[in-house]
Amino acid sequence: MKLITAIIQPHRLDDVKEALEGTGVTGMTISEASGFGRQKGHTEVYRGAEYRVDTVPKLRLDIVVDDPLADGVVNTIAAAAHSGRIGDGKIWVTTVDTLVRVRTAERGVEAI
Amino acid sequence: MELDTGATAWMLMSASLVLLMTPALAFFYGGMSRAKSVLNMMMMSFSAIAVVVVVYVLWGWSMSYGGGDIAGIFANPFDQFGLQGTIYGEDGEFLIDGYGVPVIVGVAFQVTFAIITVALISGAIADRVKFSTWLVFVALWVTLAYFPMAHMVWGGGLLSGDGPFASIAAPIDFAGGTVVHINAGVAALVLALVVGKRKGFGSEVMRPHNLPFVMLGAALLWFGWFGFNAGSAFTADGVAGLAWVNTTVATGAAMLGWLLVERLRDGHATSLGAASGVVAGLVAITPAAGSVSPVGSIALGAIAGGLAALAVSLKYRFGYDDSLDVVGVHLVGGLTGTVLIGFLATDSGLLYGGGFNQLTVQVIIALVAMVFSALVTYVIALGLKVGMGWRISEADEINGIDSAEHRETAYEAIGASR
Repeated sequence: MKLITAIIQPHRLDDVKEALEGTGVTGMTISEASGFGRQKGHTEVYRGAEYRVDTVPKLRLDIVVDDPLADGVVNTIAAAAHSGRIGDGKIWVTTVDTLVRVRTAERGVEAI
Repeated sequence: MELDTGATAWMLMSASLVLLMTPALAFFYGGMSRAKSVLNMMMMSFSAIAVVVVVYVLWGWSMSYGGGDIAGIFANPFDQFGLQGTIYGEDGEFLIDGYGVPVIVGVAFQVTFAIITVALISGAIADRVKFSTWLVFVALWVTLAYFPMAHMVWGGGLLSGDGPFASIAAPIDFAGGTVVHINAGVAALVLALVVGKRKGFGSEVMRPHNLPFVMLGAALLWFGWFGFNAGSAFTADGVAGLAWVNTTVATGAAMLGWLLVERLRDGHATSLGAASGVVAGLVAITPAAGSVSPVGSIALGAIAGGLAALAVSLKYRFGYDDSLDVVGVHLVGGLTGTVLIGFLATDSGLLYGGGFNQLTVQVIIALVAMVFSALVTYVIALGLKVGMGWRISEADEINGIDSAEHRETAYEAIGASR
């Protein structure tokens, strides 16, 4: 099993969710996140005083899938979240050792 | 005088509108403060209402408008202490003023001005002062700075049409350029200097945590200001209508002025700039609302908005932490409006062929108001510094004054410590 974590622009969420329909993804966790990448935030001016805002708001998606689906899901998210501008986000994949569905105590792929 | 029910209804409405301005100010300032100090900021406004209404009925009205003028500076606080002899005449009927409005309605209207004036000052000392010291300051400042200034300008004192400067020209302060805005603006500067800077001023990010709150506050202030300015006609007549129109026109022009400065200087017209321009315009038209034309109000508002937008940067140059720009908006706006009357008053202004007399008098009353407010505020601020102390501890300031002074936080964990 793989955990796919995607950091995306907040306004891309609907595109990504729509694109994931039919790819075998049955659920995801969406969190509000903030952070920075190579562009290191931006500046804002309040009443003439310039502030460096180091972090920008993003959404973080966490999706667990069976191994064979992982590459396809990553490609789908990458395509749907893409605009070509700075701040489009990142996706990474990690291996999951254990997964438990709390309600039924099912384990492993059954619990996805 | 016969009771004028129309005028009385309007003055009761106006008093209610002006009272609304102080909770509005709580939102305006609260939105500009950081998430960890919004409750304290709002409490400073709300508590001003509580303290001032109590003080006002005891000796505030008497010191401002009671009998026994003392050196043209204040009236005898004991003459109508507790509103004795203010409400009913000897025949047991309600006393009626020269506009056909019961005097007690005038008390309602005037107390709301005292409240908002002292509440305005709180923006200069955001995030860092003991709530207890603030409460005592409110009582002392309205007593020693506000009531005397109201007496001087509106109660027949030194700066009124009965004062020594009236031989040049009758001073004009329609609704409180000197009494309210110069007074509060100077007090804010003095207090910011005595209390000192916030930890991290000039180096840490202290951006407004909720701009929609600021916009909401500005909207409610604008609405309430119709009571402030149009209500200062003391009746429902043409002057009130003129003040209403001038107030709105100057405020619109000031918003444009502020946004233009921002666009040219910073690249973008901001919502904070729009809200700030609104308040700068409202402040500047306050003394002039009854004496200038709507076209003159365009110029007055645009100049005030532009100047205030430039003035809010001065605190960084001179290193005083006027946290929410009370000096830049209220002192600068108040001075602009008070002095521009000398040019723009349709009866006596320089641009209307009235010569320099009105301008001279307007400068004099502005200067006297500044000196008086600075001296009185300095004495009160130093006294409280020695007697009670102004500042919360540095650790409390870092953790947030809401938690330290009120044992509350406005929001759940995320953002609460920013």
